[in-house]
Amino acid sequence: MLLPDFFSQALNGLSYGVLLFLLSVGLTLIFGMLDIVNLAHGSFYMLGAYAGLTMIGLTGNFWLALVAAPLVVGAIGALMERSVLRPLYRRPPLDQVLLTFGFIYFFEDLVKWIWGGRIRSIPPPDVFSGSVKLGGATVPSYRLFVIVFGLVMAVLLWVVIDKTRLGSIIRAGVFDAEMTAGMGINTGRLFTGVFALGAALGGLSGVIAGPIQSAQPPMGASILIPALIVVVVGGLGSLKGSFVGSLIIGQAETFGKVWLPGASMMMIYAVMALVVLLRPQGLFGRPLK
Amino acid sequence: MSVRVVAVLVAVLLVAVFPMLAGNYPVKLLQEILVWGVFAMSLDLLMGFAGMVSFGHSAFFGVGGYVAALALTRWGAGGVNGLVLPALAAAVAALVIGYCSIRVSGVYFIMLTLAFSQMFYAVTFQVDWLGAEDGIVGVPRPRLVGVELGPSAFHLYLVAVTLLATLALWRIVCSPFGHVLRGIHDNEGRMQAIGYPVDRYKLVAFVIAGTVAGVAGALYAQLAGSITPDAFLWTTSGEALLMAIIGGTGTLGGALLGAAAFILLQSLVSSYTERWMLLLGLTFIVFVLMLPGGIVGALRGRIGFRA
Repeated sequence: MLLPDFFSQALNGLSYGVLLFLLSVGLTLIFGMLDIVNLAHGSFYMLGAYAGLTMIGLTGNFWLALVAAPLVVGAIGALMERSVLRPLYRRPPLDQVLLTFGFIYFFEDLVKWIWGGRIRSIPPPDVFSGSVKLGGATVPSYRLFVIVFGLVMAVLLWVVIDKTRLGSIIRAGVFDAEMTAGMGINTGRLFTGVFALGAALGGLSGVIAGPIQSAQPPMGASILIPALIVVVVGGLGSLKGSFVGSLIIGQAETFGKVWLPGASMMMIYAVMALVVLLRPQGLFGRPLK
Repeated sequence: MSVRVVAVLVAVLLVAVFPMLAGNYPVKLLQEILVWGVFAMSLDLLMGFAGMVSFGHSAFFGVGGYVAALALTRWGAGGVNGLVLPALAAAVAALVIGYCSIRVSGVYFIMLTLAFSQMFYAVTFQVDWLGAEDGIVGVPRPRLVGVELGPSAFHLYLVAVTLLATLALWRIVCSPFGHVLRGIHDNEGRMQAIGYPVDRYKLVAFVIAGTVAGVAGALYAQLAGSITPDAFLWTTSGEALLMAIIGGTGTLGGALLGAAAFILLQSLVSSYTERWMLLLGLTFIVFVLMLPGGIVGALRGRIGFRA
């Protein structure tokens, strides 16, 4: 493989990786805090893409959609947490996981109902519609934007979660929600907030993915699997893990397609199996009980 | 004979002679209910009794289906190829996956089993000699003792296998082994402390459930005449999970009822509206929220019915 090709594939993998990061960070935070795997997390990604599509249709402005769509999806997430997940907190966590499974069907069909089942593409913003030469490779400039945007978001999240008071409350909630409540934190509001934040980030990744992968109803169910694998590889509940895991899975998927086209779909599962066998708690997870 | 035994016998008889009473479409629906019912019951053994919620049960359904399809189309249509080989293959798959997965529990177990089943999906989707994404078509019905099964004989064959699988599972959950599983469900740490080798029990339960799921998959391939990678898709596990929960977990009979409710609703709703999935999602949400005991739980509460 020539170096420029390698370079451009690595950039593809990186842009897919940061996309997975935006998605999996919500998944991992929600898991850490509420002890549930939100199987409907892919639905937030799908809802984000479609909300973005509508907003671009209405206003013609990608940037507006990039801001507004996550807010809409975040609100849907907050509503979902308040109305149906909250009454289940006293039941075994698995009941909540099963509930989120029901939402996959609900949201996917809702989107089909509102927007139809065909594939819709989201045009990239005008500024990033071209491509640039970089290290001998031609790279769509939108991909570069996605990479930079994703990395900026990662830094932003790290600052918020690691350096602010709000962040330390979130970390405390992830570590031990009951104890946090005991310290006088309103964990009810915290749970809703974190769920909404996770949903919004999922929605954001959906908008971002639009111009690369285009929008279609099954996108939510199919992105869920790589996102779950990222969380398993990185370690449940770990932010750093979801970042590193995303980058690894992004590259594994991309280079799997290049080097092993006949078995490319296996790649990410192979990576996961390896990690689970050698280190069951994931790269940065807390050791299992 | 108690009323219950008589009721069950009458039900089995009705199911067996159903083709004489109804047209082709209802019979087809009934056969689907039987196949999915076996699959959902095998998952109920894991989920409802041993407390292991698996999102990867489709792996064994798919292995059973693919092995049956391969064996029947390429190595002859004998009964061994139709049922025994698929069941053995599913058991081996369950042993391997189970060995790797039971080391973790709860959501970790969900995610691991899910990933394993998706791995099978990925392989079958891309491997040419398994038909890649088109799967294997033209699966013949099995020949039993050298006789090709006609439509009514095939129906009886389905009923007989379903009955055998149900009785076997029923026997298992009523045995001391089944009670140990329930104990693990209720309090794993305590069972460990009493001295039960919990992991070994879980693995055996996993293999039994996988074997029965493989039988269901084999029946499915014979009923549909084809098998595609979709059989491995994690949503296939999800559907079985839906059936078991709608029917009521930890009851076996509930899984059959749930499969019936699921398939009848699907055929009814989709003849009126395209919004089947929306309704399915809502139904499921309502069941988890308000009727965690499923149909059987609701019946028990109302009329003292016991499954």
